[in-house]
Amino acid sequence: MTPLEVAVHVPDGFLDAPTSVTTGVAAAAVVGASLVRAARHELDDRTAPLAGLVAVFVFAAQMVNFPVGAGTSGHLLGAALAAVLVGPATATLCLTVVLAVQAFLFADGGVTALGTNVLLMGTVAVWVGYLVARGVLALLPRRPASIPAAAACGALVSVPVAALAFVGLYALGGAAPIPLDQLAGAMVGWHVLIGIGEAVITFLAVSSIVAARPDLVHAARGRLPELTLKTPEPVA
Amino acid sequence: MSTTTPTPRVSTRRLLLVGLAVSLLIAGVVSFYASGHPDGLEYVAHSLGFGDAATSSPTAGSPLADYGVSGVSNARLSGGLAGVIGAVVTGALVLGLVLLVRRRGPRDRGRA
Repeated sequence: MTPLEVAVHVPDGFLDAPTSVTTGVAAAAVVGASLVRAARHELDDRTAPLAGLVAVFVFAAQMVNFPVGAGTSGHLLGAALAAVLVGPATATLCLTVVLAVQAFLFADGGVTALGTNVLLMGTVAVWVGYLVARGVLALLPRRPASIPAAAACGALVSVPVAALAFVGLYALGGAAPIPLDQLAGAMVGWHVLIGIGEAVITFLAVSSIVAARPDLVHAARGRLPELTLKTPEPVA
Repeated sequence: MSTTTPTPRVSTRRLLLVGLAVSLLIAGVVSFYASGHPDGLEYVAHSLGFGDAATSSPTAGSPLADYGVSGVSNARLSGGLAGVIGAVVTGALVLGLVLLVRRRGPRDRGRA
């Protein structure tokens, strides 16, 4: 198989070297900041294991391309899913590890493009998904059941916005000159469809975790009734 | 779906075991049925004529390249094994990372 047949992420060669170096540096800075933020605000003894599970699930789900019509497919990014469940900075760390494992072990997504992919999927999609989910959550009733719906909205928006961010990078350092409006239109069009699949999977996955352990869900912090806070840890 | 009682109903251990089992099932078995069509980016790249700019990854020679285990000829087994290996490696790396950077002790937010 050629890399293109399985690569979903930006492969090497789509962006020129200066752009790839720049995105690499920017991605490294984002990962560093995320380490600090995750340690200070998101991760503790109780929530750390969920981050491991989220990363495993995102890796697994990214292997399963679903058809979106006319000979095209897409797969879960998992950015909004991870951000809602474990917090945006931890989500960036999870996505970065997933992308690095894919690039180095599986030749999926370029190695020089790793920084680009960390920025697009691990940063833009994560924060857009998270902020949209938080915004929607503020409008919905303060119930656990609101969280999956808000996460699905974040997921739906995160995919086309990440695709648009790719168009932005391509405008800066694209390999071949092509009309940017065509590129933007095609990318957004397909990625809205992929975003619908993303929303469905995110809704189901977040629903399961919220049903089982709402107390571990990052986006639920401060939004659950008092009774969640009764004991430190129910069962080890 | 829980709408009224947000109290934890499942132990962390059970949640992790079930979640891990589901993930390994997806990576190891369901992945075989993934759509082989080009994804959104590839499709757009080819239809707009910059798909050929993609260069082969420097890790294309990896024994796990393209989600197969080199030397295992059965496609179902090869892909499934690659998926399980990837999921386990990913989980181990993230778990190691978060355990390194997490705050020790219970969260100090009014739930001492």
